[in-house]
Amino acid sequence: MKKVLANREIDVNEEGYLVDFKQWDREICECIADECNIVMTEKHWEVIEYIHEKHKNEEPLSIRGIKKSGVINIKEFYNLFPGGPLKKATLIAGIPKPKSCI
Amino acid sequence: MKNLVILGAGTSGTMMANHLISKLPKREWNITIVDQFKTHYYQPGFLFLPFDIYTTKQVKKKGEKFIPKGVNYIQKKIELIKPDENKVQLEGDAQLDYDILIVATGTKIAPSEIEGMDGPMWYKNIFDFYTYEGAKALRNKLREWEGGKLVVHITEMPIKCPVAPLEFAFLADSFFKNKSMRDKVDITYVTPLGGAFTKPKATEALHHLLEEKGIKEVTDFNIERVDYENNKIVDYADTEVEYDLLVTVPTNMGDELIERSGMGDDLNYVPTNKATLQTNDYENIFAIGDATNLPASKAGSVAHFEAEILTDNILRYIKGEPLKAEFDGHANCFIETGNGKALLIDFNYTHEPVEGTFPFPGVGPLKLLKESRMNHMGKMAFRWIYWNMLIKGIHIPFVSTNMTTKGKKLEKINN
Ligand SMILES: Cc1cc2nc3c(=O)[nH]c(=O)nc-3n(C[C@H](O)[C@H](O)[C@H](O)COP(=O)(O)OP(=O)(O)OC[C@H]3O[C@@H](n4cnc5c(N)ncnc54)[C@H](O)[C@@H]3O)c2cc1C
Repeated sequence: MKKVLANREIDVNEEGYLVDFKQWDREICECIADECNIVMTEKHWEVIEYIHEKHKNEEPLSIRGIKKSGVINIKEFYNLFPGGPLKKATLIAGIPKPKSCI
Repeated sequence: MKNLVILGAGTSGTMMANHLISKLPKREWNITIVDQFKTHYYQPGFLFLPFDIYTTKQVKKKGEKFIPKGVNYIQKKIELIKPDENKVQLEGDAQLDYDILIVATGTKIAPSEIEGMDGPMWYKNIFDFYTYEGAKALRNKLREWEGGKLVVHITEMPIKCPVAPLEFAFLADSFFKNKSMRDKVDITYVTPLGGAFTKPKATEALHHLLEEKGIKEVTDFNIERVDYENNKIVDYADTEVEYDLLVTVPTNMGDELIERSGMGDDLNYVPTNKATLQTNDYENIFAIGDATNLPASKAGSVAHFEAEILTDNILRYIKGEPLKAEFDGHANCFIETGNGKALLIDFNYTHEPVEGTFPFPGVGPLKLLKESRMNHMGKMAFRWIYWNMLIKGIHIPFVSTNMTTKGKKLEKINN
């Protein structure tokens, strides 16, 4: 599916997740965040960076992982990305929705 | 003489001992297996014990019965693996040397990971059914429970046998119906996942069943703590679910031994090659079953498929041949749905559970993703197959190690 974000055509799946990470940048990120009613702050960017790092290393994301991330604690994570923080944060970070592989 | 040591005599370790004893030349290899318990538990039976469907006798047997002659069986706690010295340290001062090591120490519940879970109400109105003790204590509770809010809960993924909590909810529905007290019991299924199961196709079918049985679903619930004083579980978003009886599947973790030996990930699982079953860090150490970090279901059926490939790979390793990268994540699970019926799902790393027939394409007799009495018979027969074939390493007829795609309506998982 195509979607227009920041005046550009972006490929997304039916849930709105980016299909091609190469199309992601800070501008796109802010547009998606805006759609989720989230205003990006310094702390949000730190989390996005952490998520990208994990994604690059093919390490699965989990709530437990957030606890050990050293970036934020779980409570803060929920405050930054209210309502399903892992799903929201990955949507905004432009990577696939975390799936439980089992 | 060379030494092959197997750590853990559960489903996987016992199967490996049975496979290898006939394959390794006796004049060259000693095989040793170590476990802390004398008892071999039939863990799938822990699902039925709380409902008085199985007796305690049906779920445990002496481990010794299943270890083949010629294998050295040690009943001791394993303290430490020293991978750089090729040694294993047991309780007391005993040490074992190995040329090849197989880690099969499984996974177990860790209720203390969540505040308030194994506090003063543990086994009073908070239970697990993943241990023999938990399942038995819950049976005693259910015999006299007069009803109220029953919450069936998963703490975090991954857990072994990811369908077991759903089956528990379905069986609870039947159990209370049979006791003519279903109207006094409110059943809620609480999960950290976005739906009833980890795979979308199966989730749809299972969601429908939950609805049909009047079981409520609370999804995306990441538990923060159990408020045992006020009988409720609370998640990080401050959502609360009240209970009178909480049946939870606590965090599952590999044994502390793995952590002590510095060989595990966050959850004490051993990083393992998902196709060859060789550990990532040590070429003479292999891992199988629930102890690995494989992105496959932690289930006896999966371990059974793994065992056939691991046996081949151990022989190849000994001969200095390249390992077969063949394990495809094949899982094959019956899902008890209550009232003498069950579903069957069959999937692997890349294919979702689908509709179709099993094991014979187009014939069955088992139906995938559809409730039937035949599937239930299959599940019940599994106990016999387990004790008499599976852990003895006897190949189960008609069921192939790698998933077959024939007779199935297939859909590939898109990543
Ligand atoms: C409620 C429930 C229902 C299930 N239903 C099904 C089902 O329907 N179908 C299915 O296929 N699977 C099912 N399973 C899963 C199945 O039982 C497991 O996946 C299987 O037993 C895994 O085998 P394993 O050998 O890897 O681990 P285990 O069988 O758990 O064996 C591990 C062994 O290692 C030993 N060990 C660990 N640490 C140490 C140490 N430090 N020292 C000494 N010994 C140690 C333990 O004592 C244990 O005997 C179910 C599990 C549960 C709990």
